[in-house]
Amino acid sequence: MRNRHLLILCLLLVAAGGSLFLYKWLDLGVPVRAENAIGAWTVEARVRFAARSGRPVKVRLAVPLDPPGFSLLDETFVSSGYGLSTATRDGDREALWAVRRARGEQELYYQAVVSPGAERAASSSRPPSVQAPEFSDAEAVVVQTLVDQVRAHSADIATFTAETLRRLGAPDNSDMDLLLAGDRSAQRRAEIAATILATANIAARPVYGFLLAKEGRHLPLLTALEAHNGERWVWFDPQTGAQGRPQDFLVWSRGKPPLRDSDGARNVRLEFSAAENTYEALAAARQRAAERGSLALKFSLLSLPVQMQMVYRVMLTMPVGALIIVLLRNVVGIKAFGTFAPILIALAFRETKLLNGILLFTGIVALGLGARFYMERLKLLLVPRLASVLTVVVLMMAALSVVTFQLGIGAGLSVALFPMVILTMTIERMSIGWEEAGTREALQQAGGSLLAASLAYLVMTERQVQHLVFMFPELLLIVLAITLALGRYTGYRLTELKRFRALAG
Amino acid sequence: MVFPWQRARALRHAGVLGMNQRNGDFIARVNPRRLYPLVDDKVRCKTLAQAAGIHVPELYGVVHTQHDVVRLPALLGERKDFVVKPVNGSGGNGVLVIVGQRRGRYRKASGALLTEDELEHHVSNTVSGLYSLGGQPDAAMIEYRVKIDTVFEPISHQGVPDLRTVVYRGYPVLAMVRLPTALSDGKANLHQGAIGAGIDIARGVTGRGVWRNEVIDEHLDTGNPISGVQVPQWDTLLELAARCYDISGLGYLGVDFVLDRDFGPLMLEMNARPGLNIQIANQTGLLPRLATVDALGRDGASVAERLAFAKEHFGRG
Repeated sequence: MRNRHLLILCLLLVAAGGSLFLYKWLDLGVPVRAENAIGAWTVEARVRFAARSGRPVKVRLAVPLDPPGFSLLDETFVSSGYGLSTATRDGDREALWAVRRARGEQELYYQAVVSPGAERAASSSRPPSVQAPEFSDAEAVVVQTLVDQVRAHSADIATFTAETLRRLGAPDNSDMDLLLAGDRSAQRRAEIAATILATANIAARPVYGFLLAKEGRHLPLLTALEAHNGERWVWFDPQTGAQGRPQDFLVWSRGKPPLRDSDGARNVRLEFSAAENTYEALAAARQRAAERGSLALKFSLLSLPVQMQMVYRVMLTMPVGALIIVLLRNVVGIKAFGTFAPILIALAFRETKLLNGILLFTGIVALGLGARFYMERLKLLLVPRLASVLTVVVLMMAALSVVTFQLGIGAGLSVALFPMVILTMTIERMSIGWEEAGTREALQQAGGSLLAASLAYLVMTERQVQHLVFMFPELLLIVLAITLALGRYTGYRLTELKRFRALAG
Repeated sequence: MVFPWQRARALRHAGVLGMNQRNGDFIARVNPRRLYPLVDDKVRCKTLAQAAGIHVPELYGVVHTQHDVVRLPALLGERKDFVVKPVNGSGGNGVLVIVGQRRGRYRKASGALLTEDELEHHVSNTVSGLYSLGGQPDAAMIEYRVKIDTVFEPISHQGVPDLRTVVYRGYPVLAMVRLPTALSDGKANLHQGAIGAGIDIARGVTGRGVWRNEVIDEHLDTGNPISGVQVPQWDTLLELAARCYDISGLGYLGVDFVLDRDFGPLMLEMNARPGLNIQIANQTGLLPRLATVDALGRDGASVAERLAFAKEHFGRG
């Protein structure tokens, strides 16, 4: 009876999930293969601020205009209640949001879909007229000396620019520190270089944008320098002086940083995020869906802001990870610490990559166990002891990051999200298990946790899996059906075959 | 080379009950969740048994809060030996047996000495929930230390063997005795290294022993034969175990008794999720016996009827 009920429920779930999936795939043509889907990016700028209550608000944000190496396929402005206008001037475009009255926390979005195109040769243009910048007396002397020296060591505008950037980057030079005001970032260097070049009557401008190589929230804004050589704009890396635009660099704004100005707003924050997009194949699918009045795609996750999409891309893989844990525990029968702790560890592995993650996990747990065994002798109460172990774990992670970073091997070792609390609980349970059930049992459980976490990580980060659950969330109904069915699995676990082998005779 | 499915078929043939099936087909079916606290909380379980006239080790006191830990010496008074247990513990974790005192220190069964501080630390850990199911804050109970019956002295090491009976719907179906070893630190838990030996339900005589999946005939530490030992007062023990079904209401139940030299059978605890190792200790699967009860057993049968049924069907003949 119970089994038949469950069977019907599972079949219904599979039928519902499967038919929606087949409809979207076969009829609407939503791509199922991750490879067919790459190529386009959704880039999103999010402006957040607190409105001064009751006052008019104006926010001006630069938006991309004909970015070199990319084509702009689509763009959306999300700003309920705001008036919007855009203005284009000198190869620069600005969006202006305005509202008469606003109250509380506000959010404005700009979303662009871009796809990398063939590199066009930069068209020739006339250099804009150059206005002499103003410097303080001390700065003017330094700038003049610098320009004279650079002129002596350069042949044309390109070498002049490269040499200027090289000298700006010279370490421990008090003159350059004066110009840069102690800020040696690429942005500061590009901006100062542009003004120095203006003194030498060369048209130059900083360029702001991103590298579209990796999906991410909180994309860092990068700066480059463009100088006009009389025929066209030439690209320079402000740190190295190297010429040429990196292929993945999406130019967002020129001359000035993207956030131009704001009125009536406090605490203005601008964040960029980028996600790979399945634009072209999906656009066709959307088109078909719209023609038939189908709502299947109108209410898809792709209609969410990119920031939220990024979260769901990860979150939707968690049921798949949970299914892996169910299989490992109830069908294979491995022992692990905590029920879903391995999933949290797997999520942490996303940041560190598998090998680093395993090394880090093992290292921290081993060191933490050392600390824990020492604390055992101090006879502390449980919660203070856990808190102490947590503190030690955090300190160890910080120390490890600093050391590896100093040694230059830690660049890829991002540990920000490593779940300290999970680590602490793992250490605590392992040390208890160690004393109560012996070394073997403790190591078995730790190994089981690590194995489960690694498998869950491999499945959850698999591109195809991520793509499928994100484009076809209905597939999770099928995952649910499998999980439910496994809930009534009463067969032996694989490990029990070994455990009861004495009875098999 | 044995393929997994061949092994699985062999186990199925032998009627071995697996963890998934125990949870899904038996515990979920005949053990209502609301009854778990009755047996998970050892103090309640004790009170319940006492009310039904089943003897239990005397409870000296319960430490409920960290604050109470300092009153431990007062609670212990002049008592030189006692057992500390987590009220909501499982699998024998956190059980501390003190057999005596020497120069102000407490002596464990293994001979190791504990200072007052160390004892209080253990109790405080227990109260914090270190050993409880799910890690919730717990309490520590301090009770009478059972004195070993002379019958078992030759085949146990520094501890008291306990007698586990699985009672299904009121019918005792399988029983074993767990013999402490040096490795198990005087504790009677198989996963901690104790020896399990099956007991013939009909006669109360032990069979061969199993230690860590190995079949053995002599106790590891004492070298005395394990099998052929007649458990004293077996009929009483079996009857008490069967009655535990009536007082707990749990259809799939593990009941643990000890035999005390002075007080006879004392109930230690009941378990709503008894382990499966009893099958290894008896070298037999549970499933055929559970099926026999399901096919021929009768709800509402008297204790005497159930015992007669069990002896008839589950004896070794």
